[in-house]
Amino acid sequence: MMKTRFIVPLIVFVALAGVLFIAVKRAPDKHFIASVLIGKPAPEFKLPSLTNPGSNVTSTALQGKPYVLNVWGTWCPMCRVEHQALMQIQQLEQVPLIGLNWRDDDALALDWLAQLGNPYEQVAIDKQGRLAIDLGVYGAPETFLIDAKGIIVHKHVGPLDMEIWKRDFEPKINAAPAAGPT
Amino acid sequence: MRRALLLALVAFSWLAFMRVAAAIDPTVIPDPALQERYQKLTHELRCMQCLNQSIADSPVELAGELRNEVREMIVEGKSDDEIRDYMVARYGEFILFRPRFSARNMWLWLGPTVLLLVGAFIAVRILRQRSALVAQDDQPLEDDPPLEKEAGR
Repeated sequence: MMKTRFIVPLIVFVALAGVLFIAVKRAPDKHFIASVLIGKPAPEFKLPSLTNPGSNVTSTALQGKPYVLNVWGTWCPMCRVEHQALMQIQQLEQVPLIGLNWRDDDALALDWLAQLGNPYEQVAIDKQGRLAIDLGVYGAPETFLIDAKGIIVHKHVGPLDMEIWKRDFEPKINAAPAAGPT
Repeated sequence: MRRALLLALVAFSWLAFMRVAAAIDPTVIPDPALQERYQKLTHELRCMQCLNQSIADSPVELAGELRNEVREMIVEGKSDDEIRDYMVARYGEFILFRPRFSARNMWLWLGPTVLLLVGAFIAVRILRQRSALVAQDDQPLEDDPPLEKEAGR
């Protein structure tokens, strides 16, 4: 009788401590809020092009091969930090980079690309931030990897660098289903 | 005199507060019922950029854009749940200050009730055992052999 009196609470305590320990250890990094959009189709869009005035950047035209959508703005200091990495990624020619110029001034954005180089195949203008909301963007820069079927397979919040690219993006690009009819 | 001063102070701080609130979100929907829903919804949606403020209280641009979305959807006649779903589909459950019941957080919702029931069950059992013991204790007292016999031994 004496024994169970101590053993039962002890077991409860150890079980609770174990559950909490595992939960704390396995908890995702709270700095980055996991996107609910991973595995879901990217929102459709049709936005004016920054670099080709008069034409549009559309999600339908981009479908059929994987691409990277990078959300940036000239008001965003971390985008400047990231820019060099984007230039390097473009050199690798693994996937086209599509820029999403988020609530920015066109002239400033064009200056930025002229000065720092343009890593993007196309740049869409999102003045009101509507597409950014549809993508669940809450800060810039954010980078999405979208596969050939238009599904968001990865999202990175914060500035990209080559290490992150090699670790998080490359394996998923290679795993992405090949384009073309099957 | 003192009371008047205090009252004035309270009134003034309230006014100051109202002004701050208005400065962040000047939106007024003409229909008061819709305005009330707007106020309620914007206060229970998280500003994803500042995390611990609602979009109603936050001065950042994204909060303003999301308030706009809320206003437009309310005016379009969408229900509160539809608006919440819209936000959750983009930003995840995290955007709701009032989390919903789901398989993942089930134990957070039910845990306290379950613990309370278990505790109550144990308490009742212990109390019953005790009162049974007391009842047992009570009876033999009357049947106890006379004291002098024991003393005589």
